[in-house]
Amino acid sequence: MPFTTALPATTGVRWTLVFRQAVLEATAAFALALLLLGPIVGLVLDGYEVKNELQRPLLIAAIIAIGRFLVALAMHTPAGQAMLERFNARRRQPGVLVVSIPESNRQRWWLLVIIALALSLPFLASKYWLTVLIQAMIYVLLGLGLNIVVGLAGLLDLGYVAFYAVGAYGLALGAQYLDLGFWSALPLAAMLAALFGCILGFPVLRMHGDYLAIVTLGFGEIIRLVLNNWLEFTGGPNGVAAPAPQLFGLEFTRTAKEGGVPFHEYFQIAYDPTHRFIFIYLALFLIVCLMVVVVTRLRNMPVGRAWEALREDEIACRALGINHVLVKLSAFMMGATVGGIAGVFFATYQGFINPTSFNFFESALIVAIVVLGGLGSTTGVIVAAVVLTILPELLRAFADYRVFTFGVLMVLMMIWRPRGLIRPRRRAFEVKGLCP
Amino acid sequence: MSHSKPLLQIHELDARYGPVQALCQVSLSIDSGEIVTLIGANGAGKSTLLMSLFGDPLPAGGWIRYQGRDITGLPTHEIAKMGIAQAPEGRRIFAAMSVEENLLMGAIPVGADHVDADLIKVFELFPRLKERRNQRAGTLSGGEQQMLAIGRALMSRPRLLLLDEPSLGLAPLMVQRIFATIREIRESGATIFLVEQNAHHALKLAQRGYVLVNGEIRLSGTGEELLADPEVRRAYLGGQG
Repeated sequence: MPFTTALPATTGVRWTLVFRQAVLEATAAFALALLLLGPIVGLVLDGYEVKNELQRPLLIAAIIAIGRFLVALAMHTPAGQAMLERFNARRRQPGVLVVSIPESNRQRWWLLVIIALALSLPFLASKYWLTVLIQAMIYVLLGLGLNIVVGLAGLLDLGYVAFYAVGAYGLALGAQYLDLGFWSALPLAAMLAALFGCILGFPVLRMHGDYLAIVTLGFGEIIRLVLNNWLEFTGGPNGVAAPAPQLFGLEFTRTAKEGGVPFHEYFQIAYDPTHRFIFIYLALFLIVCLMVVVVTRLRNMPVGRAWEALREDEIACRALGINHVLVKLSAFMMGATVGGIAGVFFATYQGFINPTSFNFFESALIVAIVVLGGLGSTTGVIVAAVVLTILPELLRAFADYRVFTFGVLMVLMMIWRPRGLIRPRRRAFEVKGLCP
Repeated sequence: MSHSKPLLQIHELDARYGPVQALCQVSLSIDSGEIVTLIGANGAGKSTLLMSLFGDPLPAGGWIRYQGRDITGLPTHEIAKMGIAQAPEGRRIFAAMSVEENLLMGAIPVGADHVDADLIKVFELFPRLKERRNQRAGTLSGGEQQMLAIGRALMSRPRLLLLDEPSLGLAPLMVQRIFATIREIRESGATIFLVEQNAHHALKLAQRGYVLVNGEIRLSGTGEELLADPEVRRAYLGGQG
């Protein structure tokens, strides 16, 4: 094979070098194991006391280190070498490797600055601005979710708010009827939203453009009307209360329910209602980061590429034998899942929800975020979501003209930047071995 | 022509779009390793035949057998997995994706196992695509787009390659190059079913041909026979029958 970068021919294994390498690796494994296991195994919670039993993680880490040392030695025997070779053989084949667009150093610094800023903001902001930030984060999440459906798969969904509502009501009703807490409701509500995505997906498989938009619009309204009119189950226009989140069973309330421990008592600090919001914000931030990573990865995988291909040319997709049912449904379900997660956070942040939060204007706002941000561009969607939630707060004086301004902004954008604030960039490819 | 076991056999196939009958009792067969062409005028039903062979639209009557197995009514993605690939009419490449991503899309029915090797093969067949592999496919010339459409179909390792009017809208020189490549693809072992309006080129290339008129097979024979046929000459080759 012309492209292999073979290891230098080792006639005799130099054991002193091997030994040193093995000791280094074992030390690293020891440190890592101690770092991971220390807090989990070494600190034992006994009532309100924390007991120190560090000898236990030390013992486990020592066993791991010895194991690593032996594995490192074994890898230099002929059998071990053969095994390594098998692992690496595929990687060394000529072919393509998808790499992300190379970030310049400066970009990486900006990213760090933004993350640091986003993490420190809640500790600096007032309670009012904290709620605005949480709203912005929720819209970022909604924008990212709808971006999968509209931006990547090209399916215009005007009823996205339905999944948002399903997530929010999933938490509230789950707590009311099944006694679910925030963290158990989060995955369940997300799955419930995915199921609704599937229910919406099936009838619209054969629809495009305008027809799809109308059906999804109707779907959104159906969900809202059901929530509004099913008095016995959802409470109708009176709404339902949603539980506050917990941190490892610690509650963010002044006085806990029976059996619970409030967060401020456990850490022996004064009670402050903003703790709850800070916690919600940080959890949201984590999920947004996770979503950005997931979406970026998905776009480089066959399913993500199939979404984009479907947007480009559905007939070509069918001629290629791509299962368009699966591709469309996966886009709908993925988008719905994200919408559901956003809904759960919305409900826990509000503490109380009713159907008026889930009207068509919300759907339109989320579509506007995706379109303004640039269909398919993750960065653009994040920027647009933040701008569209923070700007109205800054321009409170002109609140009467909010929708008007919004409309003018949309028209101007369509004239000057029809592809959105930030144009989606295509990934770069690095090709190894194919060309001279 | 005696063929004991054709690769593809179509028997009395009917297809309709609502009340309109697009294909009527079409029967034809293709042997392994052949290039078979189907010629006909606009609206004769050529593309419909290719698409209903691919399960979209579903045939209204008759049956299709591929490698002895009945594939009538199977969903499109199942048929694609069995080793039939199509370069659709009008190329239909993904304009906003890079050349390479377009090719990777073609590999979806067969999975990622041979992607690297297949990519090299396609690039050997079309060195032009290799030069432009990071370019947006929409910026390619018409001929290059056609190469890409064929290359994309080849990525699923087809045993039977369906080509729908590969010469459509191309310059004469490019048409010759595309046809030369089709011959090369056959030599590498694939069977080709070529649907064309460019009857002269297609019949010269193909071993056998069928003539489709208003949804029915009017004539069939070897390439030379059809080229010499007065009716074909008058209708498709501009000759003075």
